Amino acid sequence: MATAAAQRTARTEADGAPDTVDTTAYQHAFDAAVAADERIEPRDWMPDAYRATLVRQIAQHAHSEIIGMQPEANWITRAPSLRRKAILMAKVQDEAGHGLYLYSAAETLGTSRDELLDKLHSGRQKYSSIFNYPTLTWADVGAIGWLVDGAAITNQVPLCRCSYGPYARAMVRICKEESFHQRQGYELLLALSKGTPAQHAMAQDAVDRWWWPSLMMFGPPDDESQHSAQSMEWKIKRHSNDELRQRFVDICVPQAESLGLTLPDPDLRWNEERGHYDFGPIDWSEFREVLKGNGPCNEQRITQRRRAHDEGAWVREAAAAYAAKHTGSAGETGATRA
Amino acid sequence: MTAALALGDDALVLSHRLGEWAGHAPALEEEVALANIALDLLGQARVLLSLAGDEDELAFLREERAFRNLQLVEQPNGDFAHTIARQLYFSVYQQLLHTELAAGDGPFAPLAAKAVKEVAYHRDHAEQWTLRLGDGTETSRERMQQACDALWRFTGEMFQPVEGLDADWPSLEARWLEYIGDVLGRATLTVPEGPRTGAWSAGAGREGVHTESFGRMLAEMQHLHRSHPGAAW
Repeated sequence: MATAAAQRTARTEADGAPDTVDTTAYQHAFDAAVAADERIEPRDWMPDAYRATLVRQIAQHAHSEIIGMQPEANWITRAPSLRRKAILMAKVQDEAGHGLYLYSAAETLGTSRDELLDKLHSGRQKYSSIFNYPTLTWADVGAIGWLVDGAAITNQVPLCRCSYGPYARAMVRICKEESFHQRQGYELLLALSKGTPAQHAMAQDAVDRWWWPSLMMFGPPDDESQHSAQSMEWKIKRHSNDELRQRFVDICVPQAESLGLTLPDPDLRWNEERGHYDFGPIDWSEFREVLKGNGPCNEQRITQRRRAHDEGAWVREAAAAYAAKHTGSAGETGATRA
Repeated sequence: MTAALALGDDALVLSHRLGEWAGHAPALEEEVALANIALDLLGQARVLLSLAGDEDELAFLREERAFRNLQLVEQPNGDFAHTIARQLYFSVYQQLLHTELAAGDGPFAPLAAKAVKEVAYHRDHAEQWTLRLGDGTETSRERMQQACDALWRFTGEMFQPVEGLDADWPSLEARWLEYIGDVLGRATLTVPEGPRTGAWSAGAGREGVHTESFGRMLAEMQHLHRSHPGAAW
């Protein structure tokens, strides 16, 4: 699969190599397609920088799904009811599936999953900063569902209209499942909030800890965002970080009220003039520290990820060796149901 | 409902063990597959335990000595080979047993009819991996053989008659041995030679006598539920 993608890329690059063909015509065709809201597909010519930006973004997104399994998997064995346990298991399974879709989408750009995982493991590619926070109580599972998945959906729904076809199509599937997870997270918190005083306190504490990190998920403020302008020009992104962050806050405030929980921001209030909620300043120094690798769980997350990969090497090697001996359908790895 | 508890506990405990793999699997596809199997088993457990009483009370408020699961399913995950060997032994047993129950007219027939479809997939998954690991590299063959050997002594317990389950146990056992022998043979592995039961393992799990790691597993599983008596989740 990756090889085929790599060959296509090589061919496209050969076609578009400056010394053989004038790329201006290609560039014009690309610009016109983007301007007309048409989809760019894997075999189409695209600017190198567009390709690189997409690889970076889709890989980061895929890595986030994979690393994001860890804080939630942390509670699978301790889930307090069988129904909740089933929901959480299904959610973590979905995340692995989302990772698979996204690595496939990235591979259409001429990279490979192995290469991307290697970049994740060596720290050359990032994942969402939110997953560097620990899940300390059961309520964190609900807070992640409600706030983290909520922020992800706010971010990702516009990506369903992204100019790159494979990414946009992956996002359509992912957003459907994410919305379901988000509702389940909200419902988990609601059960706690309406439960015993201890459960209510647990829910409030989780929301207090996850609120600000969730707001940071939208990335740095617009005036500090490196890639925003170009991504918006290419119609990879449709809205700025601050615009999406505001949208998220506006959605969450009434939801928090119906949950019977408060948001930990004394400056949060409705602004009639703007027609939006005003909210307090974000501690960007914390965000930068987490991005630099100094968050509470950075080391732990990547160590576990590397360990799973390294300890699984003999299994993957066995599958490859078996496939080489028995060419044909028996050599396929990973028995997953459609 | 001894039978509902026995089968329900098997599914519950193995599901829990598979859930421990989340985030640790050797490949992304296996994250999906292991979670998928764990979910199927948890679904079976919920139906079965609900036949015997309240599913959450039974799962979270019983102590170790009241659990009726086989010792096989409570065995720690070990490496991927141990997990696969455990899954192979158990899912072949489940498939044979549920096929027989589904064909009968006992109280478990409808449940078995649904479970047998899921279990066929679990068995296929475990079988394919047994072949890959057994007939893969030198390292993987060694590990797979070691896993098959280590878990062998827990396999006899599966064929101790369970009260309330109408099955031809000796015939099930013979077919299980034949099937496992065939798979291990195709995987270039040797069928283990040691005893399949012992003084402490024949039917012990079904009697509430478990192995040491099981209490620790329950402590983790039940801790939160027990910390909030009477709470709803």
